[in-house]
Amino acid sequence: MLDFVQQLVSGIALGCVYGLIALGFVLVYKATEVVNFAQGDLMMLGGFFAYTFIAMLGLNYWVGFAGAVIAMALFGMLAERVVVRPILGYPQFSIIMATIGLGYFLRSVVGMIWGTDDFKIETPFSQGVLRIGSLVLAYDKLSVIAATVILCALLYLFFNRTTLGTAMRASSENMLAAYYMGIPVKRVVSIVWAISAAVATCAGVLLAPITFIHSNVGLVLGLKAFPAAVLGGFGSIPGAVVGGVMIGVIESMAGFYLPQGWKDVAPYIVLLVVLLLKPEGLFGVHTRKKV
Amino acid sequence: MRFLFKTDYEDDIRLFPHSGYIVSYGVLLALLAIAPFVLSSYIVSQLVFVCIYATVGVGLMILTGFTGQASLGHAAFLAIGAYTAAYLQQFNVPFPVYFLAAGLLTGVVGALVGFPALRLQGIYLVIATISFAFIVEEIMARWESVTHGNEGMRVKTMTLFGTVVSRDGPAFYFLCVGVLILTIVGTLNLLRSPTGRAFVAIRDSETAARSMGINVSLYKVKSFAISAAITGFAGVLFAHKLSFISPEMFTLQLSIEFIIVILIGGTFSLHGAVLGAIFLVMIDPFLTYLKDDMPGIIAGVAATFGAGKSAADAIQNNVAAFASANGLKGAIYGIIIVLFVLFEPLGLYGRWLKIKLFFQLFPLYKRATFKRQKIYVKSERNR
Repeated sequence: MLDFVQQLVSGIALGCVYGLIALGFVLVYKATEVVNFAQGDLMMLGGFFAYTFIAMLGLNYWVGFAGAVIAMALFGMLAERVVVRPILGYPQFSIIMATIGLGYFLRSVVGMIWGTDDFKIETPFSQGVLRIGSLVLAYDKLSVIAATVILCALLYLFFNRTTLGTAMRASSENMLAAYYMGIPVKRVVSIVWAISAAVATCAGVLLAPITFIHSNVGLVLGLKAFPAAVLGGFGSIPGAVVGGVMIGVIESMAGFYLPQGWKDVAPYIVLLVVLLLKPEGLFGVHTRKKV
Repeated sequence: MRFLFKTDYEDDIRLFPHSGYIVSYGVLLALLAIAPFVLSSYIVSQLVFVCIYATVGVGLMILTGFTGQASLGHAAFLAIGAYTAAYLQQFNVPFPVYFLAAGLLTGVVGALVGFPALRLQGIYLVIATISFAFIVEEIMARWESVTHGNEGMRVKTMTLFGTVVSRDGPAFYFLCVGVLILTIVGTLNLLRSPTGRAFVAIRDSETAARSMGINVSLYKVKSFAISAAITGFAGVLFAHKLSFISPEMFTLQLSIEFIIVILIGGTFSLHGAVLGAIFLVMIDPFLTYLKDDMPGIIAGVAATFGAGKSAADAIQNNVAAFASANGLKGAIYGIIIVLFVLFEPLGLYGRWLKIKLFFQLFPLYKRATFKRQKIYVKSERNR
């Protein structure tokens, strides 16, 4: 029983990281109908920015964290301006390919600048555990869970309660109509990219104490975040996090109870089953097909 | 400029619309025939890879370019073809038999993947094919009684009709070229048949195709099966060329490379698959050239423009360090993909068509002929 709870908590913590990356996918998808395959790599780059600020420049953890988030938000805007904006309105496949290319580029450039070793960031939560009875919970995992809940709630409120959030939803439904209604669609899209890069950075920095930061971490985790986003129904903010947690728990349980090898495949099997039975995901909105 | 007047249906579907085609393809064929005897063995070996990649590219082109179904899982089909060959070889099955068996098995698997894919579109299909590729990769790594797991499998040298076909010899090169040509001719024939036209109709509008009486599900599954089978054939050649296969060769990276092939070549014509394969495979020799010769050349240029001896040496070292940096290939891939998507969406073959049209229409060429239309209005979710 104790093993089960232990696995559950570490699965949830891992799942929250997937959920945070999936949040980035969902934000960009919700606002622009673009699926950003470089999301994981944005997370990785954010982690490296934080590493540079905290470990190399010796800044305070929180200052470095904030610096990395701001730097990455600017980088997200830049990436949107250079790579995505010229091809908005073209078939989805071109945009997917462009973001795959961006991911390739980021991975290799990070490898060239920082090297391909594993890096670790010292955080206030790296040490210490919380004991509840005989249950041992590490602070670094709890910090990921707490941050995910807070971010998810903030973004949900932002999208549903603020004018800017409404503008984002409107431009996702129909870009041209939104433009006619006076919504500055270009600026909205660029803000969405900034937010999603910032969320990715939070994931990267929180992840750093659990799995180390290296130049390929974005690809590995980004591909796990896809099942999470699909499971949650690619357009729903709480869905992304719930999907992420489910994938994390499934992976963690499969690693513990099933023979070796199932751990890596289980998320994808679940994904295929979900796609077959309920293609719009668990929280997705079912849309009727129009001719 | 030559004007083709088509007077009947036969004129419309002719493989060689006019004599110019026969001449130019004849010259190309002759050049391919003498290539292994004049080029260095390294280049010939690269040409073999070009043929294999182009074969996969043709397969992927049927699915992505002509049926409009994206796939990021073709490395898995290649793996199934390669492993079938390696497995059957252990029982002394002759090459023609396991070659066909690999294609057949991959085709069946492709059809099985096609069924679930019927309900999926766009991004969901991409993610589903990625998942499929991951699962196949894991099966290759775990099913040790058949695939020898992560140790990989050795592929014996091919014997064809009693003669040994070495993987570096001209005979293997001709085999690969032959397979590529057969695939291309077969695909061209497929595309001018009702099946091929149904594929194109589905790509252009599924709803319209359905209302014209096309069984969309059936043709999508067919497209998956044919595409997979061609990739399976290429897989056999791939296994023989490398002479050793292991699961980590067939990763997502390889699937992306195949997509790059058709993206760079141009996703609307079979020429694109071949041009893209040439481009992708020849990046390697180009990088080697960059590593070996570029530093010296740049330093030489700097020296001519008055840089001192020590400055020229410094430049040479810097350029050498940059050219041999670890991730350079990945960065170049990334930049190439982004640049092609942004500036040359029709790919290399599109560029060739533009240049040709420019000279044909000389003073009257206008850019807008090839302009893509942007669609801001519809959300793909409601489509």
